[in-house]
Amino acid sequence: MIGAAVKARSDSLAISEVPAAVHVRLRGVTRVFDLPKGKLHALGPVDLDLGRGEFFSVVGPSGCGKSTLLDILAGLSRPQAGVAEFEGAPIRDVPDGVGVVFQEDASFPWLSVRDNVAFGLRRAGIDPAEIARRVDYAVGFMGLRDFAASYPAQLSGGMRQRVCIARTLVMQPRLILLDEPFGALDQQTRLLMGDELLRLWRETGATVLLITHALDEAAMLSDRVGVMSTRPGTFIDFVETGWERDRDSRVVLTPHFGDITARLWDKLRVEALKIMSSGQA
Amino acid sequence: MPRITGTALVLLFCLLLWQTLHLLVGASSLASPFQTVVKLGSLLATAEFWQNVAETMRAFAAAFLISLVGGIALGILLGVRRLAGNVAEPILVNLYSIPKVVLYPLVLLCFGLGISAKIAFGVMHGLIPITLFSMNAIRQMKPVYRRTAQVLRLTSAQSAFTVILPAILPEVISGVRLGFSLTLLGVLIGEMFASQRGLGFMLISAINIGQIDTIMAVALLLTIVAVTCNSLLLLLNRRMGYR
Repeated sequence: MIGAAVKARSDSLAISEVPAAVHVRLRGVTRVFDLPKGKLHALGPVDLDLGRGEFFSVVGPSGCGKSTLLDILAGLSRPQAGVAEFEGAPIRDVPDGVGVVFQEDASFPWLSVRDNVAFGLRRAGIDPAEIARRVDYAVGFMGLRDFAASYPAQLSGGMRQRVCIARTLVMQPRLILLDEPFGALDQQTRLLMGDELLRLWRETGATVLLITHALDEAAMLSDRVGVMSTRPGTFIDFVETGWERDRDSRVVLTPHFGDITARLWDKLRVEALKIMSSGQA
Repeated sequence: MPRITGTALVLLFCLLLWQTLHLLVGASSLASPFQTVVKLGSLLATAEFWQNVAETMRAFAAAFLISLVGGIALGILLGVRRLAGNVAEPILVNLYSIPKVVLYPLVLLCFGLGISAKIAFGVMHGLIPITLFSMNAIRQMKPVYRRTAQVLRLTSAQSAFTVILPAILPEVISGVRLGFSLTLLGVLIGEMFASQRGLGFMLISAINIGQIDTIMAVALLLTIVAVTCNSLLLLLNRRMGYR
C-alpha cells in the first residue's frame, strides 16, 4: 500500500518513508561565542520538539540567536551544551536530509538557472536521468521554466531566491531550514513566495523551520510559532495557529489572523523594548 | 554606433595624431606611421629579428607562467589565511609601488647575466598584481557561497573547484590581465639594461645609435601583441557570463 502511494506520486519530490513523530529534538542547547572582548552567550538553553511534517516559525528580536539556532540545526555550528537530534541521531556536520535556504542570494552567477538547480545533485553523483527528472519538476514547480537557460544576473531578487529554493528542493530534504529567505524582498513578492512555500511544504511533506522577523509571515504560514527572548535567546512562548493544512495567503483576511499576530506582538513587544532601551537596536 | 566603428575611429584618431606629431617634430625625432610599418616589414624579413623575438618570448613565457601559477596560489593562500594576508598585504603593496628598476643591479648579482635575470625581473613585476587580485577575490567572495557548499555536503575538493574557483575567476582574470602587461614590461626592461639578445636589447641598441624607425617598429610590434593579448583576456572575462 505504501508502494502504491509512492508510485502514485513518483512525478513529484515527495518523501516516501514515514517514521517517528518527533523529527527534531533540542534539549538544553546552548551556544556561547568566544569574542576578543569576552564571552557572548548567544543562545539557550533551548528545548524544542518539531513534529514530522510540522511548519514551525521562529520570531524574535534582532540579535536573539535565531540564526545561531538554525546553524546548529544545519550542523554548521555546534552547541557547547545540550543535545540537538535529527531523526533520532545527534547532529554532527551537515546531516543528510537537511536543506537550507539563506537570506542572502546564494545563486551561483556563473551557472544558468537549470545548472544552479542541478548543482547539488551533480556533486552527489546521482544518475543523470534522475537529475533531469527532479530538476524539470523543481524548475516547473518554482515557476522558472521560461528562465531555465537564463543566468541569475538576468533575474529579479525574488526569482533568484526561487532558484535557491529549487536547488534545495531537488535534494529532497526531509527538514527544510529557511533563514529569513524573503527578508530582502518587497511585501507583495513576500506574500506570493509565502504561498509557494506552503505549496512546497504540502507537496513534499517535509518539516519546515522558518526564521523570520515578520510577524505576519509567521502567523500566516506556520502551524506553530516560537517566540524568542532577547539574548541569550530562549523560547518564551509557543503559539498554535490552528490553520488547516490546505491554506494560503488569504488567511490574512480572517479575524483569527489578527488574533495570532496580536498575541505574537504582545509577547515580542516586551523583548523588543528591552533591546531598544539597552541601546542595541 | 557599432563597437567596431568606435574602435576604428579611435585607431584612425591615433594614426592622425601620430602623423601630426611626426610632421611637427620631424623625421629625426619621430618616424611616420608609414616609415614605421615599412621598417617593421623589413625587420620581419630578417632571421636576426626573429631570434630576438624568440629570446624575449622565451623569457616572457617563463616569467608569465611563474607569475600566473605562483600569484594565484599565493593569492588564494593569503586570502584564506586572514592573518597572513593582513601581514603580507602592506608589504606587497609597497613592493609593488617602488620602481623595481632600482633593484635590478641586485637581481643581476643574484641571477647573473642571462635569461634567468630577465625572468626574475619579469616575475617581480607580474607576480604581485596577480597575488593581490587573487587574495582580494577570495576575501570578497560572498560567505554564503561557502555555506551553500557546506549544506550541499560538498567535499573540500568539490567546494574548491566547483564553488570557490568559479566564484573568484573574474577577479583573478583581471589580475592576470594586469600581470600579463607588467611581466612583459619587466622582461623588456631587463633586456634593455643587461642583455645581448631580445627585443629590449634591440630597442636599447637602436636608441644608442639613434635609429628612430627601428625603435618605433619594435614599439609598434609590442603594442600590437600586448593589445591583442589584453583584448583576448578581456573577452574571456566577459565570456564568463557574469559581472
